[in-house]
Amino acid sequence: MYDIKNKSNNSNNLNVNKPVPFIGKGFQPKTRSWMGYFVFFIIIFVLELGTSTGVISSLTLPKPSDVLETIIQLFQSGLLFKHLVPSILRLVIGALIGISLGISIGTLIGLFSYFRSGLVPVIAAIFPIPKIALLPLFVIWFGIGEGSKYALIALGSFTPTVVATYGAVDNVDRTLIRMGQSFGLSWISIVYKIVLPGAMPGILSGLRISLAISIILLVAAEMLGAEYGIGAYILEAGSLYDLERLFAGVTILSLLGITVSVFVTKLEQKILKWR
Amino acid sequence: MNIKIKNLNHSYDKSKVLSDINLEIMDGQILSIIGPSGCGKSTLLRLIGGLEKPCSGEITQIGSPPAGCLNAMTYIFQDFALLPWRTVEENVSLVLEDHSLSNEIKRSVIDDVLDRTKLKDFSYAFPKQLSGGMKQRVAIARALAVNPAVLLMDEPLSALDSQTRELLLEDFINLWHRKPFTAVYITHNLSEAVRLGHKILVLSRRPGKIIETISIEKPIADRKLIDKDLDQYQKHLWNIMHDEARAADAELLNV
Repeated sequence: MYDIKNKSNNSNNLNVNKPVPFIGKGFQPKTRSWMGYFVFFIIIFVLELGTSTGVISSLTLPKPSDVLETIIQLFQSGLLFKHLVPSILRLVIGALIGISLGISIGTLIGLFSYFRSGLVPVIAAIFPIPKIALLPLFVIWFGIGEGSKYALIALGSFTPTVVATYGAVDNVDRTLIRMGQSFGLSWISIVYKIVLPGAMPGILSGLRISLAISIILLVAAEMLGAEYGIGAYILEAGSLYDLERLFAGVTILSLLGITVSVFVTKLEQKILKWR
Repeated sequence: MNIKIKNLNHSYDKSKVLSDINLEIMDGQILSIIGPSGCGKSTLLRLIGGLEKPCSGEITQIGSPPAGCLNAMTYIFQDFALLPWRTVEENVSLVLEDHSLSNEIKRSVIDDVLDRTKLKDFSYAFPKQLSGGMKQRVAIARALAVNPAVLLMDEPLSALDSQTRELLLEDFINLWHRKPFTAVYITHNLSEAVRLGHKILVLSRRPGKIIETISIEKPIADRKLIDKDLDQYQKHLWNIMHDEARAADAELLNV
C-alpha cells in the first residue's frame, strides 16, 4: 500500500537543499546588430565560393564580385546617377502626392461621419486592386511620360496611408479629446494639438508600408516607357540576359529600400521621442 | 459663482441614470459626492461641466466667474488626461494657447501653477517619466492655470496608491487653504469625502437619487488622517451606503 504518511515526511525533509530552478528563460528577443551583417556576409561568401568554383553555373547566378564591379563601373561612368536621379525623383514626387492626400483623406474619414460612411467602402474597393494593372490606363490618362508614373506611385501609396491614418485617428484616446473640449479648446486646436499628434505613431507605421509599395511600383512603372531609371535598367539587363547588370540593379533597389527604411526610423525617433 | 441644479433627470436609452437631483454648489466650498459604483456620479459631473446634455431639468450658473477666469468649469480626470507628447510645461501651456495672452503672462501663469504644485523641477519632463502622483499634480496645475470658477474632480485619486493619495490629499488641502476654490469632488472613498467636503452628498444606486446631504463644520485645514470627529461622519455615511453598495454589487452580477 502507498504510504501517504511516509511520503509527506519525505517531502518535508529539511536536509535537502536545492536552489529554485530558473524557469523564466527566453521569449525576450533582443537586437544583435552584428548578426544581420554576419548573415549577409555568409550568403555572399557562399555564392562567391559556389560561382568561382563552378558549382553554381554562371547562367544561374552571377559572381557577387562581378556584380560589385558592375556597380563600380556604373558609378564611374556616371550612368548610375543618370538612372538613380530620375528614379528617386519619381519616388519622392509620387509618394509625396499619395501620402499627403492619404493623410488628409484619412483624417477626414477619422473625423467626420459622412466622409467615413461615403469613403470607407470606396477605399476598401480600391485597396486590393493590383495597381500595376492600372498602369496602361494611367498611360492613356496621363501620357507615357512622368505623369503616369507619378499617378501609379501616388495611388499605390495613397491607399495604405488612408487606412493607417483613419485607423490611427480612431485610436486616439477619447479622454484626451474630452479633456481638450472641457478646457474650451477650439476645434482646430483639438485636431492639430491632440488628434494628429496622437495619430502620428499609426501614420508613421503606415508610411513604412506605403514607401515599400512605392518602390515596387516605381520599378513597374519604369519598365514601361522609361529611358532612364532603375526599372528600365533592370528590364534592359533582363532582356539581354545580362545577369551581372540585373543583379547590380536589384542590389541598388535593395539599398534604396534600406535607405527609405532608415529614413522612416530616424523620422520616428525624432517625432515620437516622447514614447 | 454658485451652481444650482433643479429637478435634474438623465437617462441613457431606456435606463434611468439620475433621478430628480436638486442641489446647490456654493462658492468657495468643496462638495463631495459619494455613491456606489455605477450610480451616475461621473455622469452628474459631466452634466455639470456641459460635456453632456441633461434629458430634463436645469443647471444654472449663478453669478459670474472670477476675474481672469479662462475656463469656468474645469475638470480633473481620474486618468490624468495628459498629452504624452508634451512636456509638463507644454501640457499646462496647452490650455492657455487658445487665449490671446502675451508670452509674459503665459510664462508667469505657468511658473505660478508649477510652483504651487511643486513641479518647478520637472518642467521639461515627459509624462511617461512621471509617477502617477506627479501626473495628477500636472493635471491639477493645468486646471489651476485657467483660474477656474468651479473645479470638477472625477475620482482624481482613484488611480493612485494609498500613500500617494494621502500626499495629494494634503496638497489639495494646502491649495484650498492658500486660495479657497469651488469644487465638486466625486469619489467612492468615504475618507476622502469627509476629509475634503464642506458638504457631502450621498447618491443611491442607479438611478442615482440624493439620499442624504450632510455638512461638516470642522475647518478643512484642521481635519487629519486619523480624526475622531471625521470617523463619526464616516461611520454614519457607511451605515447609509452599506445596503446600497451591497445591492449595487449584486445588480452588476445580474447583468
